[in-house]
Amino acid sequence: MVKKPMLEIKNLHVKVNDQEILNGVDLKVNAGEVHSIMGPNGSGKSTLAQVLAGRDTYEITEGEIIYQGKNLMEIKPEERACMGIFMAFQYPVEILGVTNTYLMRTALNAQRKFRGLEPLKPVEFAKLLKERGKIVHMSDDLLQRSVNEGFSGGEKKRNEIFQMAVLEPTLGILDETDSGLDIDALQIVAKGVNALRNKERAFIVITHYQRLLSYIVPDYVHVLVDGRIVKSGGKELALELESKGYSWLEEESRTAVPVNA
Amino acid sequence: MDTIVMQSKESYLEGFERFEKGSLINDPTWLRSIRRAGISRFFELGFPTIQDEDWRFTNVGPITRTPFKLAENGHEKLDSKELERYTFSGLECTRLVFLNGQYSPSLSSIRFSVDGLKLGSLSRALTVEGDVLDEHLAQYADFQRDAFLALNTAFLKDGAFIYIPNGAVLKEPIYILYISSSASSPTITHPRNLIVLEDNSQATIIEDYISLGEDVYFSNSISEVVVGENSVLSHYMIERESKKAFNVSTIRFQQSRSSNVTLHSVLLGGALVRSNVHPVMAGEGSECMINGLFMPTGRQHMDNYMRVEHASPHCDSRQLYKGILDGRSHGVFHGRIIVHKDAQKTDAKQTNKNLLLSDEAQIDTKPQLEIYADDVKCTHGATIGQIDRNAIFYLRSRGIDEGTSRVLLLLAFASESLERMKVEPIRKGLEGIVTDRFAQGKHLESVL
Repeated sequence: MVKKPMLEIKNLHVKVNDQEILNGVDLKVNAGEVHSIMGPNGSGKSTLAQVLAGRDTYEITEGEIIYQGKNLMEIKPEERACMGIFMAFQYPVEILGVTNTYLMRTALNAQRKFRGLEPLKPVEFAKLLKERGKIVHMSDDLLQRSVNEGFSGGEKKRNEIFQMAVLEPTLGILDETDSGLDIDALQIVAKGVNALRNKERAFIVITHYQRLLSYIVPDYVHVLVDGRIVKSGGKELALELESKGYSWLEEESRTAVPVNA
Repeated sequence: MDTIVMQSKESYLEGFERFEKGSLINDPTWLRSIRRAGISRFFELGFPTIQDEDWRFTNVGPITRTPFKLAENGHEKLDSKELERYTFSGLECTRLVFLNGQYSPSLSSIRFSVDGLKLGSLSRALTVEGDVLDEHLAQYADFQRDAFLALNTAFLKDGAFIYIPNGAVLKEPIYILYISSSASSPTITHPRNLIVLEDNSQATIIEDYISLGEDVYFSNSISEVVVGENSVLSHYMIERESKKAFNVSTIRFQQSRSSNVTLHSVLLGGALVRSNVHPVMAGEGSECMINGLFMPTGRQHMDNYMRVEHASPHCDSRQLYKGILDGRSHGVFHGRIIVHKDAQKTDAKQTNKNLLLSDEAQIDTKPQLEIYADDVKCTHGATIGQIDRNAIFYLRSRGIDEGTSRVLLLLAFASESLERMKVEPIRKGLEGIVTDRFAQGKHLESVL
């Protein structure tokens, strides 16, 4: 029996302000896999992440996204989250006046309600929070503070992974979670992601640099250039990109005849 | 006897004459002369127009065009049990209740917790508390300057009278509730509160204005609050009247040396609301913190007018006002800070932050600093913004629906102001009101 992929992106075209950003992306992700998407600045990596999470400022002009057998096109961001899609933001938003703990409780209970579960009891919630906080070294102070307010860059990224650990998604999308992190913070973040890896869960790790992939070892690496995946391979592709840069692929992409032309 | 309908200046004068005749024969002479001074000043000034700098953003036309009768005595059939629907649950307090401007002994409950504490209606105090009244009444709220103050003074009759003796620390708040209710035609009341804190005392006082129905009426109130040396006052002004009510209020704090005043001003109701807050830091080293939250919606108009006077050295003042404006509402923040010549080492800070929830809502925000001393620190800042779409998406991406995300963000915005309120039943009650307002009738508790 052929296994159905968890996520299947088919010929995805996306525009923002009349400018085409994604130009026919195809991607299949199975449960248990980690896919890395690499590419130069402006290649459309973050757009792909945002579109998967359901951001409405992007216009999908062609193609489709099938997740767990459902077309995501008409599904709201909050429903996608409830269906197990989680995106760790490249630029986490500061929300003054809403504590991290409050956000997590509201989000978790909303997701549980969607799945027909009772809200978590306060004691169980506190236990869960503490346990998941440990994975990425979240102090009580960070948990009690307003979401991301006054957090350092590293703290913000750790907070994203912490939220992911609490919400336990089926598909985790990391949008440049490694950018701007020092090596210690990077290791903490990677450790958090690795702790969540299992047979049922998949990850899409978007990064500009190979460095993160030494810690979160991917099963597949895809290179996105000018809104299309121009090359796919195993983890060794990341190393090749590290030494050769992206320019050779950008060159190929511009001169190549599209496959489906 | 017919009541006079007041609309033009002349008819107010006529109404005053009738009122004076109908007043108690034994009203003291000094009171009669203050009232007369009030009405004649009103007659000279007339109602303000938008040509007056202090009224630039507020057109009082809706008030001046409405013919009012003086409110009849409070004969509403309202018992203490029904009253619970309107008050804040869990609030242990002394309660002074006024129906249509008149003191209601049956709805009030007074606990004399300390010796020398005087509490009750001003109308009674007018006959028995000559010395305190002589010293303080109408000494601070300057009716020469303002037509509404002059009008209130002319019709001065009832309100709360609170006298807190030297060294007294009141554990429970004093809750002053003004209830206005249905009448066949628009009515006007002139609540007048006199609150005196002697030296080294401490108290929490809550003014709350509510409506029983959806009627047109006008509350024109004054609170004169005298805060003695080294005394600490926490004062609440809550306006949650019907969407047809007019409310013009003035709170005038007179602060002695090392006194500390915090005012929480919350404007939720009313068609046209003008809140004048006027602290004078007359004694060295005093502090005044004003914490405001106003949330007009529909066609409501809410004007926050501040006149913060630093009259002595080493005084600190803070104003933080947050506005959330929806519908076609109009909000005003006019923050005037006056630093007198001798008020060196003044530290004054003013902040006004606003969220506009609709394209048609409007806010005018105007700082006005008048500084006559040369060694002072005065800062001001204002922001006007909309609800952050990135934040909405962030919350939704965590599984929280759009409506709830919006409510969360609005509550978060308001919470900076609500969290400063130390009286828990009040804060909780207001949080509930604010949440309901944002939720617009939708049930949110399942998620929140």
